[in-house]
Amino acid sequence: MERLSLNESPGNTQQQRQQTQQNALGPQAPMTQSGPPQLPPQMFTTAAQLLDLTDKKLVLVLRDGRKLIGVLRSWDQFANLVLQDTIERIYAGKLYADVPRGIFLVRGENVLLLGEVDLDREDEVPTSVTKAPFEEVFELKKKEDSKRKSSDKKRYTELQALGFEPEHSGEILF
Amino acid sequence: MLFFSFFKTLTNQTVTIELKNDIRIRGILKSVDQYLNIKLDDIEVLDLDKYPHLSSIKNMFIRGSVVRYVMLPRSEVDVGLLEDATRRGE
Repeated sequence: MERLSLNESPGNTQQQRQQTQQNALGPQAPMTQSGPPQLPPQMFTTAAQLLDLTDKKLVLVLRDGRKLIGVLRSWDQFANLVLQDTIERIYAGKLYADVPRGIFLVRGENVLLLGEVDLDREDEVPTSVTKAPFEEVFELKKKEDSKRKSSDKKRYTELQALGFEPEHSGEILF
Repeated sequence: MLFFSFFKTLTNQTVTIELKNDIRIRGILKSVDQYLNIKLDDIEVLDLDKYPHLSSIKNMFIRGSVVRYVMLPRSEVDVGLLEDATRRGE
């Protein structure tokens, strides 16, 4: 049976066999490339992933539930990020409001996800939400948050009594 | 590194990712890195009405630490090969 490995490209074993054949023909025989083309390893780094998103308009969701919309200007291997011209979009119930914030430097551990905004569809706000004045949304959000906090607390206490550790102990994720 | 390599073999497949905050996102796996951060293309958010901030997003970078599950196409997973690789400790 062939020794297959996930670390090798599917063509590798075949390649090795060809190589031995060629070596039998002569030590100077050139090596031929076979097997499907593989992406170079440098494509699979944090840097390569974030490079495509640089200077793009992004939605950044933080671990505390904040949604920031801004242009990604700088980053490093930990996904620490710098966003320019950032606005914070607050959602509560069926309402949302925008707050201008400016420049953000976000520590990587607080990043939940980054999404590139499709500029062609950016103005298509889903019908489920409508824009409202900041004060109104903020008040509603405060109410929602305290409600969720108390229900979360209750659930965690009950779970803990049954011997379950909450999945993200102590951390709140939205 | 096994699962890093494993995910690399799944690039350009459609996967569904469930985050620790219950959001489920389906998309084409474009890239993965050593922390299992994942890049998805052509995303579709299941239950989008609950997450309006994710509308009009075309591709996404998800930090590995917030992923709960990755649902993979069954046909693309060679369980035998994975078992083998695990036991060889590579």
